[in-house]
Amino acid sequence: MMQMTGAQLMVRLLERQGVRTVAGIPGGAILPFYDALSGSEHIHHVLARHEQGAGFIAQGMARVSGVPQVCIASSGPGATNLVTAIADACLDSIPMVVITGQVPQAMIGTDAFQEVDIYGITVPITKHNFLVRSAQELLEVIPDAFRIAMSGRPGPVLIDVPKDVQNQLVAVAEFPAPAVADPAPQLDLAAVELAAKMINEAEQPVLYLGGGVVASGAAPLAVQLAEQAGLPTTMTLMALGAMPMDHPLSIGMLGMHGARYTNFVLEEADVLVCVGARFDDRAIGRAAQFCPNAKIVHIDIDRSELHKIKNAHVAIHANVKCALEALLPRVQATLRKRWLSHVDSLKTRFPMQFPGQDDPRTHYGLIQAVAAALDDRAIVATDVGQHQMWVAQAYPFRRPRQWLTSGGLGTMGFGLPSALGAALAEPGRTVVCFTGDGSFKMNIQELATLAEEGLNVKIVLMNNNALGLVYQQQTLFYGQRLFASKYRTEPDFVKIAEGFGVPAVDLDLADNPRAALAEALHRPGPCLIHATIDREQFVYPMVPPGAANTEMIGG
Amino acid sequence: MIEQVSDPLPQAGYAKVVLELDVNNHPGVMSHICNLFARRAFNVEGILCMPVSDGKRSRIWLLVFEDQRLEQMVRQLEKLEDVLNVRRHGAEHEVFERLEGFFH
Repeated sequence: MMQMTGAQLMVRLLERQGVRTVAGIPGGAILPFYDALSGSEHIHHVLARHEQGAGFIAQGMARVSGVPQVCIASSGPGATNLVTAIADACLDSIPMVVITGQVPQAMIGTDAFQEVDIYGITVPITKHNFLVRSAQELLEVIPDAFRIAMSGRPGPVLIDVPKDVQNQLVAVAEFPAPAVADPAPQLDLAAVELAAKMINEAEQPVLYLGGGVVASGAAPLAVQLAEQAGLPTTMTLMALGAMPMDHPLSIGMLGMHGARYTNFVLEEADVLVCVGARFDDRAIGRAAQFCPNAKIVHIDIDRSELHKIKNAHVAIHANVKCALEALLPRVQATLRKRWLSHVDSLKTRFPMQFPGQDDPRTHYGLIQAVAAALDDRAIVATDVGQHQMWVAQAYPFRRPRQWLTSGGLGTMGFGLPSALGAALAEPGRTVVCFTGDGSFKMNIQELATLAEEGLNVKIVLMNNNALGLVYQQQTLFYGQRLFASKYRTEPDFVKIAEGFGVPAVDLDLADNPRAALAEALHRPGPCLIHATIDREQFVYPMVPPGAANTEMIGG
Repeated sequence: MIEQVSDPLPQAGYAKVVLELDVNNHPGVMSHICNLFARRAFNVEGILCMPVSDGKRSRIWLLVFEDQRLEQMVRQLEKLEDVLNVRRHGAEHEVFERLEGFFH
C-alpha cells in the first residue's frame, strides 16, 4: 500500500499516462496539485500568462501530436478563462484533459471566494466532465478522462478537483493501467459494399474530406481512394493537408472562401463521398442547395453527425481509417477521364486567383514568400480572420497536422498560444503563426511565455489596423456603414515584441522584404515579423452568409 | 443585404413519445441530459427518475413531443458518457399516465 495525497496521485497518474508537458497557471484552489507537480521529474510545466493561453498551448500540442494534452487552472476566474479554449477544442474535436481546482467541498455552493460552478458551465462544451468527490475516485476518473478524450470522436474532458480532495490521503494498492482508446465501432460491411457500388457506378463523384481524416490518421488512405477511383477531392478547413494541395486530384477547399471551380464541381457531383466531415454551414452554404444532384455516402465516427444536416443515402458509422481500409479493395480502379477533364476545364475557367502573389508586400505575396522560404516540415498556425482564409487558400499544405487553425469556434487569439504548443510538441520544426492585428492582441501576453521558453515560433503579423473580416462584411453587406471595425490608434508591435523579449523585424522598413523575411524565418528562436497590408483587400471569392455556395461574390 | 436565414424550424407535432434511459446514478447526470434538450428549446413535458437495483444506476423516463429533430437528439443522448442506453416507446406507454393522479 502506498500512502499519498490526491494531488500526488494526480501527478503520478499523469506521468503514467505519458504526459510530459502541461500548461497552466496556479492559484489558491489548485496549489496542492502544483506543490505535488513541483516534485515531478517527468513533467515540464509551462507557465502561461492567461489561462486561455494555457488552454490553447495544450490544444497546439494535441493538434500536432494527436494525443490528449493537459492544461491546468485554479478555481473561479482561472477556470472561466479556460472556457473559450475548451469550447474551441470541442468544436474542432481536439483531445484535451482540463484540470481545474475547486473550493473545498464543504464550501461548494456557498459563493465562496473564487468559487464558480465550472462543472455546470462546461456541460455543453465538453465531451464529458467530472467533479471529483474523493481522492479514491481519482484512480478511475483520471484514466477515464484520457480514455474519453481520445476515444471515438476526440474532444475535451474537464476534471474539477476540490482542494480538500487534492489534500486528502489515499492508500493506493496498485495504479490503474494508463488509458487506451475504446475499440472502434463494428463496421457495417453491407453499407461499405453499398458505398463501393455507388462509387463504382458514379459518373461524376467527388470526395469530401473533413478533420476526421486527419484525426484518425487516414490521410494516406483517403489519397489512395481518390487515386484508385479517380475522385476529385475537396477538403474542409480542418482537413487541409490531408491531400497535398498540388495533387492533381485536389480541388482545394470548399465553401465560403473556396475557389469558384471547387464549388461548381460540387454542384455537378452525382455522388458525394463525405469522409469525417460534418456539413458545416461555412463549408456547404445553404444546405438545401448543396450538391443538389448528389447521392451521399457519409462516413463518420460520430453517429449523431449522420443524417444531421443532409440525409445520407449510405451512412457508415465507423472510424474513418477502418472504413477506408474496407472500402479500398471494393472500389474499382477507374481513370474517369471524362469527368476529370471536365473538372480541369472548370478549374481553368474559374481558377483560384491570387492577385499580387509575386509581391511580398501584398497579403498573398507575403504568404507565398513564407511558403517559399520553408519546406513541408514547417508547421503553420493561424489566428482567425482574413489572414486565416488567405493562408487556407494560398499556402501549399502537403501533410496532415501541418496546419493548425480554429475552425468551428473561430477563436481570435488562437494562433500564438497554439503555435507555442506546437513548438513544445515538435521542437525540431519551425512553427509559423500567421496572425492579424486584431487576433494578435487577444492573447498577446503569451509573448512572455514564448520568450521564456525560447521556442522556434515565427509570428507573421499581417497588420491592417482593423478587424478586417468585419470591415469586409460591413463594406459588402451593410451599406458600407463601417462601425467599430477600424482602430483609431495603432500600437507599435515591434516595440511590444521587443518589450517582451522577442526579437522583431519590420518588413515595411526592409529594402528587400523577401530576404529579410527569409533571414528572420531561418534564425533559430522566436521572432515577430511585422508587415502592413492593405485594408481594402478582401477575401474573395465569398459566399454571403446564408446563400448557396454557387452564389459567390468576387474572385 | 443578404440576411443569414436558416430554414424555419419544423413545428413540433402533437404526437408524444416516451423515452426510457438507463443512466449512471450520480449528481450531474440529469443536467447533462436536460441541457441537451434545453439548448434547442425542446420542451420536456415530463421527467421521472429513480435509482434502480443497487443504486449505481438510475432509470429516467422522459415525455417529449415527436419532432423531426428527435432522432438526432436521441443519438446525442446515446453519446453521453453516463447514458447507457435509450429506448423509445409510444405515447400509449403507461408510465406517465399512472402518475397523473399526483397532478390533479
